Order: sequence, then C-alpha cells, then structure tokens
Amino acid sequence: MPVSDTSFFQSHYMPNTPSQQQEMLDSIGINSIDDLFSDIPTEHRHPTLDIPHPISEIDLKSELMTLGIQNRNLEQNACFLGAGAYNHFSPSIVKAILTRGEFLTSYTPYQAEASQGTLQVAYEFQSLISNLMSMDVANDGMYDGATSFAEAALMACRVTKRDEIYVLDTINPVYREVIETYASPQKLKIHTLSSSNPRLPQTASCLLVQYPNFHGTIEDLSLYKRQTEDMGSLLVVSANPIAMGILKPPGEFGADIVTGEGQALGIPISYGGPYVGLFCTRKKFVRQMPGRIVGRTNDSDGKTGYVLTLQTREQHIRREKATSNICTSQALLALAATITMAAVGKTGFRQQSELSYHKAHYTASLIQNIPGFSLPIQGDFFNEFVVKCPINPSKINKQLLANGIIGGLDISSSMPNCMLIAVTEMNTASQITALAETLKKFGS
Amino acid sequence: MNNIQEFQRKLLMDRSVPGRIGSILPELDVPQQNLLRPELLRDNLDFPELSEPEIVRYFTNLSRLNFSIDTNFYPLGSCTMKYNPKINDEIAFSPGYASLHPNQPIDEVQGALTILYRLQGYLREITGMSGVSLAPLAGAQGELAGVLMMRRYLIEQGQTQRLKMLIPDSAHGTNPASAKMAGFDVVSVPTDNSGNISLEALRIEATNDLAGIMITLPSTLGLFDQNIVEICNILHKAGGLVYADGANMNALLGQVKIGDLGFDVMHLNLHKTFSTPHGGGGPGAGPVAVKSILEPYLPAPIIEFNQELDENNYYLKSPNKSIGKLAAFHGNFGVLVRAYVYIRTLGDYGLKQISQNAVLNANYIKEHLKESYNLPFDRNCMHEVVFSATKHKDKGVNGLAISKRLLDYGFHAPTMYFPLTVDEALLIEPTETESKETLDLFIETMKTIDQEARSQPGLVHDAPHNTPIRKLDEAKAARQPDLRWSRSEESLSDNS
Repeated sequence: MPVSDTSFFQSHYMPNTPSQQQEMLDSIGINSIDDLFSDIPTEHRHPTLDIPHPISEIDLKSELMTLGIQNRNLEQNACFLGAGAYNHFSPSIVKAILTRGEFLTSYTPYQAEASQGTLQVAYEFQSLISNLMSMDVANDGMYDGATSFAEAALMACRVTKRDEIYVLDTINPVYREVIETYASPQKLKIHTLSSSNPRLPQTASCLLVQYPNFHGTIEDLSLYKRQTEDMGSLLVVSANPIAMGILKPPGEFGADIVTGEGQALGIPISYGGPYVGLFCTRKKFVRQMPGRIVGRTNDSDGKTGYVLTLQTREQHIRREKATSNICTSQALLALAATITMAAVGKTGFRQQSELSYHKAHYTASLIQNIPGFSLPIQGDFFNEFVVKCPINPSKINKQLLANGIIGGLDISSSMPNCMLIAVTEMNTASQITALAETLKKFGS
Repeated sequence: MNNIQEFQRKLLMDRSVPGRIGSILPELDVPQQNLLRPELLRDNLDFPELSEPEIVRYFTNLSRLNFSIDTNFYPLGSCTMKYNPKINDEIAFSPGYASLHPNQPIDEVQGALTILYRLQGYLREITGMSGVSLAPLAGAQGELAGVLMMRRYLIEQGQTQRLKMLIPDSAHGTNPASAKMAGFDVVSVPTDNSGNISLEALRIEATNDLAGIMITLPSTLGLFDQNIVEICNILHKAGGLVYADGANMNALLGQVKIGDLGFDVMHLNLHKTFSTPHGGGGPGAGPVAVKSILEPYLPAPIIEFNQELDENNYYLKSPNKSIGKLAAFHGNFGVLVRAYVYIRTLGDYGLKQISQNAVLNANYIKEHLKESYNLPFDRNCMHEVVFSATKHKDKGVNGLAISKRLLDYGFHAPTMYFPLTVDEALLIEPTETESKETLDLFIETMKTIDQEARSQPGLVHDAPHNTPIRKLDEAKAARQPDLRWSRSEESLSDNS
C-alpha cells in the first residue's frame, strides 16, 4: 500500500520538520523554499513527476522479496556457469565487515587523517594482489576485469608510444568488445592474433592474453613473453585470481601488466556487478598506471600512515592529460577481496584452487565418457572447459534447470553445440553426479 | 603511539603466524585427479596465516579510523554525502538479487530485469529524457558513454570536423578526461563574475568545429546557471550538442527536468543523488539518459519489455547503433537495486522534498557563515555553497588548515581547493538528511575556527591534533613510493 496522504508527507530520511523549515526560512529572510529556486526558468518549474507514491518499508520489502523469489538463485540451485563470473566461497565475515557503516558510508580518502581505515585496506589490497600475481605493484582497483584489460591496452600504447593493440583470439569475446569501446575512439588499431599461428609484428604495442583463456585452457605465457620481448612490446595478461592458487603467476613469466576480475575473491556475484578490476604492473611503469594508488608514509609526529599518492596521473589534478578518466577504485569490493584473501589465507587459497581443479577435471572425465558428448579442445585447463553436446545446449540447460542445475554457458554461436562449463569448490560430488546423470539422458 | 595502537595497525603479513588458518574448506569429495605438469605450477604464495577472530578485530579497528556518514557530518561538496538507507543494502544483499549469475538465461532472472526496466523508466521520468541505459559503472564511465554517443552521432551526420568540446573552468576533472578519451579536443570556457558560464566566450567558440559542451547543473559553484536555456540555444544553433553532468542532481529532483531545458544527453550518479553507499571510493553507477536522436547509440544492454509474450517479457537488448559494451556484464546491478529501492521508498513526494531540503540546508549555512567567510557569489545557492578561505591567509591559515581543524571537531572537511576557479575554495554540501541541530553545531564550529584563526593561528595551522594520525608527508610518499608490503621493507623507486 503506498502512502496516501500527500501534503503532510514527512520522510524518515529527512529530519527537518515543517516548523523547523519555517524557522530556517525566517532566519534566511525569505518566505518560501520555492524562492530559493528562482534561477530556474519559471516555465520549466514544477514539472509533473510520474513516479509511484512513497511506500512503507514493510510493504516494499514484501513486494521485493516476492519479486526476488522469481529469480533462480545460486543458493538454491547448483551452478556450472562461469565465463568471467564464478560462484566461489565468500566467508561470512566479509558481509559483516563490509556493512560496517565506517567502511560502507565513507567517501574516497582525500582527507587522509579521517580515512586511515580505507587507506590501510587499500595498501593491504595492493600488497596481496601484487603477491598473488607476482608483480611489483598493484593499484587500488578498477571497475571490473574487462575495463582493467582495456585500460591496460591503453597504458601499453602510452608506454611503447605505439598504436597497435594485438589481442589473442582466445580471450573472452565480451572483453574484446570492451577493448574496442575504449580503444577505437583514440584511433588505436586493434588486431586479432591467431593462437594457432601467433606471429607478433614489430609495430605491436602489446599482446593481450587471457590466463586461463576464455575456453578455460592454460595459455603458454612463456611463448608469448618471448614474442613480446623480441618485438619490444608489452605482455598484458588477464588472469583468473583463484587459478593463481596453483598456477605459476604471470609475473613469473615476465608479464608487464597483469589484470583480472576480482569477483571470484569473495565478492557477491550479484548479476554482474559491482565487482573490482585487478591491475598490476612493473615498478618502472607505475607512473603510467591508471587508477588510484595508496602509499605508506609518516605523519608529522613520525607515525606510520597511508595516503593517496602519485596523484599527478589522475583526472582531478591533470584533467585531460590524465592517464584515465577513472575516479573510483571500487574500494568496497577491494575490501571484500582483501578480507577474503586474509580469511582463506595461505593454505586455504591453495586448497580452494586445488578443489576447483580436481572437481572440474573429475566432471570433465565423467562427461567425456557419456556417448555423444566430447571435449573438443585439447590442452591443460584449470576449472573451466568446453563440452560439445549432441544437441543445442539451450535445450539441455532447460532440462538441467528443471533438476535444480544451472548449466554451462551456451557458446553455440561461436562453436556449434558447445557449452562452457565451470566447476568450483562450491560444487559438491552429488551436484556433479546429478549434472552427469542429466546429460546422459541426451547421450546417444 | 602506545603499543595497542601500533598493534592494531600492524599489517596482515606482519601478523601472520605459520600454521594458523582463517577458514575451513570442505574435503575433496571426488576422486583426486592428475595434477598439472610441474612447470605450470607455482612454488609459493605469500599470503597471511591468521585466525578468524584476529582478522575481524583487525578490520573492525581499521574501520574505526574512518569518518563516515553513519558516524559524522560529512559536508563534502559535489559528493552528496547523504544518509544511505539500510533497507537498500538488505534487499541488494538478499539471495534473490545477490546470488544471480550474470550469464543466466533471461527466463531465470525476470525479477531482476523487472527492477532494471522500472528503474530505467523512473530515471527517464526524472530527467525528462526519452532513453536510458543503466550500463555505465560509475559517473566517469557515464560521461565517457555520453560523449562517445555525441561523437558517434556527429560522425554519422557527416560532421567529422566537430572535435571541439567546451568545458566550463569550474568542471570536475573527469569531464575533460572523458572528452579526451572519446577523441575530442578540450577547450575551457570561463565563468563570469556572477557565476554563470560566460556567454561572450561561448559565442566566440560557436564555430563549425564545435562538437558540444559539458555542463554540470547546478555547477560545482553550487549555482544554477541563469542563462541555461540560452546556452542550449547557442550550442544547438551552432550545430553542437549539450551534455549535462548530473553529479549535482540532488538540487533539482522533481523541481525541473534537465531534458526540458534543452540538454541532449546526461548522466546521473546513483551513488550521490540516489543514496547508494560510496564505500570508501566505489562502487557507483552512472546511468546515461538521452533525447531520442541519441537513443540508438546507448551503451548495451538496455532492458526491453514485450507485452505480447506470455512469459519472459523482459529481455536484454543492444541498441542498433550502440557505442558498445562498457563492461563485462550488465552494469552495477547491486547499486541499481539500491537506487530502485530508494526511489520507491521516497516516491514522488519524497523526491521533491529531497531537493527542497538539500537547497534549504545549503542556503541556511550560507546565510549564517557569510559574515565569517568570504562568499564569492552572494546569490541563492542550490544544494551546496562555496566559500573562499582567504581572510586569514596572511596568518598562515588557509582552506587546508580550516579543513583539517574541522576534523579535530569531529566534522568531515568540505571539498577543498575545488572548484579550481575559486581561491582557497571550501565547497560545503550539507544534503537533506542533516538536521537543523547538526547544521547549527557546524555553523558554530566554523565560527569558532574563524575566531581561532585570529587569536591562535598556530593552532589552526598545525591541525589536525585529535585525529588518529596527523598531517602526512605526502611529498615523501610520492618521491619514494612505498606501495606494497614486502619482506625486505624496501621501498619502490623508479630507477630500479
């Protein structure tokens, strides 16, 4: 039921009562609030506003919870869907700390003395992400994995003073689209490099590789490092952070810029956002890096403290000469990732990564043995792999959903009858068995 | 520093004790598989080893070093630090919304799409525009989307020479940075003595290479440009398009529709006007709204509704001339849900009262402080007011010192040294969620600081005194960047 009385509506978010408003108007020396809006052309004042009337918390919550139930969620269904967002473990302490008002309702830490909590968390995030990727330095976060990758391409062009971006044909096709959106207005040329015969030319500013790639396969980063090094271009890698629990990190292959989607680090999957983009580089390129960076220093009494630093790269100082227009760092999501990395910890992180690996490989072995199904792509994989089905995967997914299973991503538009399946530590043996049993019904 | 404070701030890696764990993961319940070749495997991962209670205490104590809306008055100009309602978070975190995979087929997420579709409609209604995309992940990305649409449109009209983007000198830094990223050349236009965009300068720039102008309305001076309709006319006559930066929409909600004034395209900051929490610097959301001529260019996806269908009426669509994808998925859904809940809670009456109270509160502060602080533009302000802290500069007390002194009194500082056009700018935005009692206390404190600047300038100059740390050596931070924990405690330097 909407609130029906209009003229006396007092919002619970606005404390000043009509009599207080009158007191304030009197002290300003004007008659009505309306007088304060006198600069707005009269003919455009007081437009109609076709928005529903206010509604009580009880009614709204009931309405939205009912609507929410219409969605098939990952808590009540098994999920084998990945392709850039994954159902991974998020410790209970993440939400408890994230919703503390001191973190949730603070602004960008421009006033360092009043923001040491946010700043120290940023430094922790930068430290753990650098360790994870084995890179010299990380920033405090970008919007998401796709924009991080795109900004890395732009950065590589600044560093090398070249304008040709080479993208391996095995990266996530949506990431490729985002790179186009970011790079093409700046007159940068984007080329596709075939992974079956990769030959990087001398004009390349960089080569963009996904690790593991869109199909789940583990790319040979040492091969691509040799090529980029020979051509004087930069190796840019978008890496899955959970895979770094067991895989050799890009930094050890000599990657120049490493990005990634931070969602897997305990961030709610939330229908695609908000997430945090990871962004690391080598120390010699730090002044070309986009995004917010926090540094450790000391105060006038010699105490250790943290501040935003190297700000002359950023838009609020450099305006059109900045390294990027980005003004946010997804700080709250970086906090969630930091808490998760701390709570899962050194041994847990490897364990989580191994669980995902073993369960995915077990799932693949079951599916491979179902007549009519096959794994069309050769090569090592981590927790994601392509399955060729006897019929269109959308039909199979409908049947899976009826059994409480959210199936893999239908990629039949690029690979006929194929789906991309992801398995994580959240998938139990019985879910995996149920998946295989359902697929068997479609087997030949 | 006493020992407990030092202990509380010890970094995760420095607290690490081999053998401790912070979570228990399940046993492997399927047969173990062959592991990868050794050359693909990593040897070591430097991550902390800590137990759950100490992690919780560490982060909780860190949080207490922050000022926040939940704990302090936070009058940060042009940032709209209003109260962030808790029901918004509760809905966004509930499994029906937080546990949805972005690649799920649309028939599994009709409830989510319903909310997005309705939100598009509300934002269209509020802005007076004909099309909305919720895709941009932040205000700056909304700006980028907006100017990319302008660019695409002009190219399609055969107007490829139109590369000049005008930006008022009071604008936020993201405006010129976004215009540059979209391939435009940025030209700054000055503000006149009354705080409006200089019409004279505008007419000079109205040439056939003009692409458009990006106007923040009201401006970051807290002023509603008195010539706004004429400005739009000048631009349109010259063949350009007019962009509205909606960062300051809190002043205008329900009072005027931006589209009615002549603007062609705009973005909104849901984390400002629509109360989604700033989170210490993100996440945000920056939906774009456009007139019909730009609708085909909107960033993907937009949510469509087909009433012919029996089920699954809501679906995702890429407009036919879309500037493309801005992110991996469909926008910052968790933020969009919060904004939807907010609009429903406030409703039409409430939205109008937001702008009324926000503007009243700002004018109240303006009237009561203009005797103590220089007021560069003495006319009705909108939701924020800019002062110029020049009175006591000769005694070493500037805008920075006053800002830091406010922290001592438990108030967050205003936005300082912005806009760049006002000497020693202090930009104060109280928002509608502050009570008269809080405003009175703030006014009294600002007057006290003014008195202190006269009688004890050193006290103000050396502020803050009561914060967890005092003024930080920012020069050292930039000269010898120490950007991460390392075992050797070596700082990072450029020459290595």
